[in-house]
Amino acid sequence: MEGAQKAASGEVMQGKNGGSDGNGKFLNPTPMLDELEKGPWPSFISGFKELAERTEKPMLRGVMDQLEYSYNTKMGYWKGGLVTVDGYGAGVITRYSMIKDKFPEATEFHTMRIQPAPGLHYNTAMLRELCDIWEKYGSGVITLHGQTGDIMLQGIEQDKVQECFDELNQAGWDLGGAGAGMRTAVSCIGQGRCENACYDNLKAHLKLLKHFVGPLHRPEWNYKIKLKFSGCPNDCTNAIMRSDMAVIGTWKDAIQIEKEEVKAWVADRGMDVLVNQVINLCPTRAISLKDGEMVIDSRDCVRCMHCLNVMPKALSPGKERGISLLMGGKNTLKVGVNMGSLIVPFMKMDTDEDIEEFIELVEGIIDWWDDNGLDHERIGETIERVGLKQFLEGVGLEVNINMVTRPRDNPYFKAKY
Amino acid sequence: MSSPEKKWKTVESGPHSYEEALHPVVRKNYGKWKYHEIPKPGVLKHVAESGDTIYTVRAGTPRQDTVDMLRRLCDVADKFSDGYLRFTVRNNVEFLTPNEANVEPMIKELEEMGFPVGGTGMCVSSVSHTQGWLHCDIPATDASGVVKSMMDTVYNEFKGMQMPNKVRLSTSCCAINCGGQADIAVVVKHTRPPRINHDHLATICELPKAVARCPVAAIRPTVINGKRSLMVDEAKCICCGACFGACPAMEINHPEHSKFAIWVGGKNSNARSKPSTMSIVAHNLPNNPPRWPEVTEVIGKILTAYKEGGRPWERVGEWINRIGWKRFFEETGLTFDDDMIDSYRHARTTFNQSAHVRF
Repeated sequence: MEGAQKAASGEVMQGKNGGSDGNGKFLNPTPMLDELEKGPWPSFISGFKELAERTEKPMLRGVMDQLEYSYNTKMGYWKGGLVTVDGYGAGVITRYSMIKDKFPEATEFHTMRIQPAPGLHYNTAMLRELCDIWEKYGSGVITLHGQTGDIMLQGIEQDKVQECFDELNQAGWDLGGAGAGMRTAVSCIGQGRCENACYDNLKAHLKLLKHFVGPLHRPEWNYKIKLKFSGCPNDCTNAIMRSDMAVIGTWKDAIQIEKEEVKAWVADRGMDVLVNQVINLCPTRAISLKDGEMVIDSRDCVRCMHCLNVMPKALSPGKERGISLLMGGKNTLKVGVNMGSLIVPFMKMDTDEDIEEFIELVEGIIDWWDDNGLDHERIGETIERVGLKQFLEGVGLEVNINMVTRPRDNPYFKAKY
Repeated sequence: MSSPEKKWKTVESGPHSYEEALHPVVRKNYGKWKYHEIPKPGVLKHVAESGDTIYTVRAGTPRQDTVDMLRRLCDVADKFSDGYLRFTVRNNVEFLTPNEANVEPMIKELEEMGFPVGGTGMCVSSVSHTQGWLHCDIPATDASGVVKSMMDTVYNEFKGMQMPNKVRLSTSCCAINCGGQADIAVVVKHTRPPRINHDHLATICELPKAVARCPVAAIRPTVINGKRSLMVDEAKCICCGACFGACPAMEINHPEHSKFAIWVGGKNSNARSKPSTMSIVAHNLPNNPPRWPEVTEVIGKILTAYKEGGRPWERVGEWINRIGWKRFFEETGLTFDDDMIDSYRHARTTFNQSAHVRF
């Protein structure tokens, strides 16, 4: 691909602060957008211009014109539709311009959601292949990554979607989720690099999402279900708030302490820092000093990660590792933001059998929600409406004190006795 | 859309496989990492139980990328990290190499290409955000432009590690807040009920869906000019925009009345305090493209006060919990007003049900 080679050779490379004065031969003037080429942070507008001037794709010019128009009128001009690929009911986000008479080149600007590898890992061969296929059929604009966790291939016309998908699919890529079904998942880097990852989240992510590939491509539930997989309670994927089912790594036994490394840490930074930044910040006061040595009372530890974050060389998670499942996280729409609540305090996730058992649990929960939820109701909203107790009965989970911050503070309930 | 000559049969494969995307040193030490250090901003050093070491160089990206830009990142990966790269959930790119000698030349090359190296440890990290005017069907603003404007102003804080703890930012183009809970978030706040396009409505809306979408039951069926339509009880309406997603004729977006609000104290991590949701600390800021100076000014005030007053490891919300909201508003120069008193579900959980007072 000549264009690709030209780009790779750096001929069209924009340097730091690389604002251009106006536009090149191909693009129309975009004085508002040009303002976003100033300043040190890399500019998406400079990127779009470079791509448009090199490829001379009319869609890019039309979209730049419409975006410039939005910057002037302070309104958006895209409307949805129903573009998809054979056999699928989701995965292509359809966008038609509402003002195509003004900007005919921007008539269609559909996005293909593509599921990346768990952990957002790439090798350059697969990323280059993705770029080449995308440049062949689409605009060449890519978002890495959407808040859904997808690769967003932005800007393709309906009549090219199927061919583009076929070629992507042959290269190992599949569409992501959209609508009222299973959605694309997100994982942190996990055991690929992080010493705190308490389970193989990349593997769990891959197996879960392969299992639910049907409802992901053909949504037919009440609403969406999002899964996110974080290796530890630092929750780098923001699973607790951003997913209906947050699979967060944890451990049951004591934090492992390397005594010599604790000594070295204190020798380097001083006792004040140990007291002020580690012991005093433990949320449950589980850490104390005994004869000058740091001691952690595991019965008081809630596995928050703070001391491990401060002393990564000296402390590490315990050996009995697994996951906690939290459910009901969602953002603001309608009822307001909701953090996930603890549903399963601990489950092993070591073997394929453990993962199979987890898949069965998830399947049972979704079946219950599919029967009991209302249209456009996220699972956390359903649980709040029918009651946590009723949910636990419905899916056959045992009640556990860790599910609440305290027992109820009112006497209004019907007892079984 | 099926073409008659189609030969390929779709494989519903789900996520792309990851093993071939992992650096060989990562594959060898998978699940056997011992500890990590941050030798300098933008660089991580992870050591495995085997004694193997891998260095990570992290750099910011615009998130709205192009094939040209990604090919350049691939060039960097081919040259310095054996052809492997990855991205973080905050849109940073990472290159992992076991070869320490590659770190400095890689940083130099990335910086020369315009990619700021940083985003590690106690920094202001890049922004999680959404699509905006470029692609979304319900946006009141353009997140990418707001983000670019914000990151220009916190460029040095991204590249350094001088904050009390990490600062996560988010931006959202409607009140749904797809950008998510963050230490500091910039979110559109509609200030007027939707204007109803009655001509449009009858042809494009499922009326019961729009009625059901309203969280305060402010939408009712009605008849306008002999056609079935909807009406909004404007006294009840909370300007959330939920109906607009179900029915594009409920026009909530407005060039002047769709404003910005700034929120603080969101946290997803469990470290120390439990995860927390954000509180509103400024609103009625204009939607002012292309650089949104009023928004970046407020962000600057909050970051300056936090940098000055936060203790080591305190996230923004934890810092405020210690000093109290009264001092937060004093030190940032922002103004608390009666619209910041919660009036929605669970509002009473935000009232001060105690005699604890700060003077």
